[in-house]
Amino acid sequence: MTATAEPEVGKARLRKEDARLITGQTRWTDNIQLTGMLHMAVLRSPVAHARITNIDVSRATAMPGVALVLTGEDFAAEQGSLPCAWPITEDMKSPPAPAMAVDRVNFAGEAVALVIADSAYHAADALEAIDVDYEDLPVVLDLEEALRDNDLVHPDLGTNKCATWIFDSAEAGAGTNVEDEIAAADVVIERTFRQQRLIPAFMEPRSVVVDSTAGMFTVWSATQIPHILRWMLSAVTGIPEHRLRVIAPDVGGGFGGKLQVTPEELLCLLVARRMGRPVKWTETRTESMLSAHHGRDQLQKITLAARRDGTVTGLKVELLADMGAYLRLVTPGVPILGAFMFNAIYKFAAYRFECTNVFTNKVPTDAYRGAGRPEATFAIERMMDELAVELGIEPMKIREMNWIKHEEFPFTTVAGLTYDSGNYEAATARAMELFGYDELREEQARRRASGDVKQLGIGISTYTEMCGLAPSRVLGALRYGAGGWETASIRMLPTGKVEVITGTSPHGQGHETVWSQIVADRLGVPFEDVEVLHGDTATSHKGMDSYGSRSLAVGGTALVYAADKVLAKARTLAAHMMECDEADVEFASGSFSVRGTSTARTLGDVVLAAHVAHDLPEGMEPGMDADATFDPDNFSYPHGTHLCATEVDTETGMVKIVRYVAVDDVGTVVNPLIVDGQVHGGLAQGIAQALYEEATHDEMGTLTSATFADYLVPCAADLPAFLTDRTATPATSNPLGAKGVGEAGTIASTPAVVNSVLDAVRHLGVRDIEMPMSPERVWTALRGREDSGAGEVAAGGLGSIDAQGGQS
Amino acid sequence: MIPAEFKYLFPSTVDEAVRMLAEEGEDAKVIAGGQSLVPVLRMRLAAPTALIDIGGLTELTGVRDDGDSLLIGAMTTHYEVQRDHLVQDHALLLKLVTDTIADPQIRHRGTFGGSLCHADPAGDLLAPVLALDAVMIIAGPSGRREVPASEFFVDYFTTALGPDEILLDVRVPKYTGWSAHYEKLNRVAQAWSIVAVAAAVQVRDGTVSAARVGLTNVGSGPVRAVDVEAALVGQPASAEVISEAALRASSGDGYKDNLARVLTGRALTAAVAG
Repeated sequence: MTATAEPEVGKARLRKEDARLITGQTRWTDNIQLTGMLHMAVLRSPVAHARITNIDVSRATAMPGVALVLTGEDFAAEQGSLPCAWPITEDMKSPPAPAMAVDRVNFAGEAVALVIADSAYHAADALEAIDVDYEDLPVVLDLEEALRDNDLVHPDLGTNKCATWIFDSAEAGAGTNVEDEIAAADVVIERTFRQQRLIPAFMEPRSVVVDSTAGMFTVWSATQIPHILRWMLSAVTGIPEHRLRVIAPDVGGGFGGKLQVTPEELLCLLVARRMGRPVKWTETRTESMLSAHHGRDQLQKITLAARRDGTVTGLKVELLADMGAYLRLVTPGVPILGAFMFNAIYKFAAYRFECTNVFTNKVPTDAYRGAGRPEATFAIERMMDELAVELGIEPMKIREMNWIKHEEFPFTTVAGLTYDSGNYEAATARAMELFGYDELREEQARRRASGDVKQLGIGISTYTEMCGLAPSRVLGALRYGAGGWETASIRMLPTGKVEVITGTSPHGQGHETVWSQIVADRLGVPFEDVEVLHGDTATSHKGMDSYGSRSLAVGGTALVYAADKVLAKARTLAAHMMECDEADVEFASGSFSVRGTSTARTLGDVVLAAHVAHDLPEGMEPGMDADATFDPDNFSYPHGTHLCATEVDTETGMVKIVRYVAVDDVGTVVNPLIVDGQVHGGLAQGIAQALYEEATHDEMGTLTSATFADYLVPCAADLPAFLTDRTATPATSNPLGAKGVGEAGTIASTPAVVNSVLDAVRHLGVRDIEMPMSPERVWTALRGREDSGAGEVAAGGLGSIDAQGGQS
Repeated sequence: MIPAEFKYLFPSTVDEAVRMLAEEGEDAKVIAGGQSLVPVLRMRLAAPTALIDIGGLTELTGVRDDGDSLLIGAMTTHYEVQRDHLVQDHALLLKLVTDTIADPQIRHRGTFGGSLCHADPAGDLLAPVLALDAVMIIAGPSGRREVPASEFFVDYFTTALGPDEILLDVRVPKYTGWSAHYEKLNRVAQAWSIVAVAAAVQVRDGTVSAARVGLTNVGSGPVRAVDVEAALVGQPASAEVISEAALRASSGDGYKDNLARVLTGRALTAAVAG
């Protein structure tokens, strides 16, 4: 299987898809123009909870260019309920989730009416002519208040509690009883953390086009999950799956935000079916923020038990997780993905996780980069610092005392997962060296002694995560509705070029480059000779799509196996062509040869012979194609050590990151440039949670951060130069040794930043500061010398006008 | 962007623009660089019946030397202000402020006059224009008039400009040889200031002979910190004097009051250091 002289795997190739993506010389969903295409616009509720008493569409219907105006009533009989694929418990409460509200709205931003017109302009104009009468209902926003069930989001359910999911190490036989450990502990630390609500904020807004020519429904969508979407749309609408084709053309980012079956996808399909004409919907940014699913939003009560010497013994996690108003595709499962990660890299004797999912009158939450794991990592890494402070032990030392040693792998954790490999010592040593840990500690001491206005803090995050989603049997055990395998096909074309079909669905990751590198190495063909096809259910007939850092570890593995099948067949044919025993055939650099002779055939020769099929061995089918599907036995477990130094301006509360080191172990790296890119982007998003981003609501439940003027996504100018490096401990669960890197930066960085800021100001009496650590919150904490979750002053700009209109 | 329908007009002279504005009535709106108006249109927070695009009025572009003062054309882009030698030599504060506005793309589109007419109290140019005693030169149906900056900014997003008037030029007295600094606190590069302080000082033989201090985003419009200025003039340009003066930027107890004091101190310190 060795290939070209210089292996492709490990090469920092520029991404072959970038030129077209960056210049826009490609097909995005919104670029698609079909003959006779209509445009859909969505009227959204301005109120968070109300009964719809009347909708008058008569004026709108008479507006220029308007073909049809529809309300929820019009679709009540056929829209069904948007799917939730993850009923986490048998008794989980799952309210009907209409794509368009019929008689009540449950969050501000929920669709209440549609205009279908001959242009996007006419459709938007007519929205303003629809009159809706709302009768306000009590709004449920706060998690703890919601639990009291005084006011109900869904009165029919009788409660705002959706489900409670428990893991207990004693019951599972994975550890001791946590209450016993707490009772016996020298030190018990209890803290409550808030994971604020975030908005995925992908670059390309969502967009859908549906064509229904000749009874065949083609859905183009800016989605991460064309395969799952096809299945679910078929299930909801009753359109037979074989009459539905879903295409995700080039997609501009997702971060989990496009891991969804959206109301608008369903509505476009219903409209196209009803009207028999193609229809397009593309959202505005504000519309996206008001209606696409949000992420995080948990209240975490954590209890950690330890011995005086710093050894951790027990961990109890009590979560409240905000579902928002409805359960979307994997809404209830997101916190459960974190359940296995709170114990992280540490050897707890006992662990208990209990999560109560709660309904509120807010946009539904669902997957957002990391999905459950950033929340877990944040909590445990904050707690390790709290323990270090409590016991007066150096924070890195207390981690080292408790983490799984290199020689202890494979290691079965108290949460019941088996970590196959890892080397926390190596990653940490490299990070400490790059960071200049000791020098920064000295600088910190100097600034403290001199009472410097700008205090220095150092934050640590020694994280791990589980990715490579996922072993299908584990998903089944967790009551998830689908499998976690992935598939790949290789078609050898008669000219020797290669088509790869993948069931993963890239939306910015660079799969075309990486998949080409893998195939080039495996088959000994030039990188340029490989074309990767994806995202179209007609060409890629099966797949489980892209999320959860799974594409390379699972989909890349399927590709390796498909290549091996091609080679196996080619070897047989080559032996036949060279009239030798198959055992004597060697393969190197794209060429088969007879061992010890000069007789050889290139792979291209063999492929052509297979294609013309003039002389094949008895029983061999013509052609040289192969399919493979891989279902992993285990998750993969990237890990690493992130170190962050921040400067906190004690007069203004402003936080500045002055040094950031990320040493990640994502296993074998196929393309270091792409891995760096993933880490950089992930860091930006994790840092953003710590310092900048937050979805905020007024007391009526209106989203007050519905533009990028109010929802602060940092740009390059706001972020430090990242120092990144890697250790490479290959995963043992796949032949590539790859673990996945899509979420690592996001998962690791948030606690590193927060620990760093607290480390800078703890000696001034500050115990905690809520995220995002805005200058005002930091200043208030410093002034009040107490926990700070103070609100924000308006920062002016658009935010001081009124940016809540969702109909733009 | 999907704004409501509007008529688009492209005048080639100031007189034509003024006439169009009168003809189209109160619901017409002048568009310059569009960096504030376009987002408002996009979100349908405003739906003017007509947009009068003054991008073709080349006489409103550029900075001219007018003896004791500079005349900055309303359509001069931020990028042009940043690079203008007259501004650098005679109104350094404006250059330093403009350097901090948004990002290069916006600085190439957004205009000096457009920012002032939009009158967002978080906008960076209002406070320095106020502090520098600039005068707005305005054209309307009854001819031209001049309005000092102190009377131009009326309230949130509101100026003395009538619905039938267009800002032509801004007259900025020359501050040749003054040193200046703009101290801005914003959470991310593209966010508006939470608070910012624009300071220009003239120091002769170690003594502050004159000072101008303006505060961004502490009220419904820009604020001239006259008490701070008064506490500086005639005093040595020392750290003690600056600390004392900065305390007068605000007397309140809130976060923005604190920022006004802290950032005033920092702006003056940097300005004095030249």
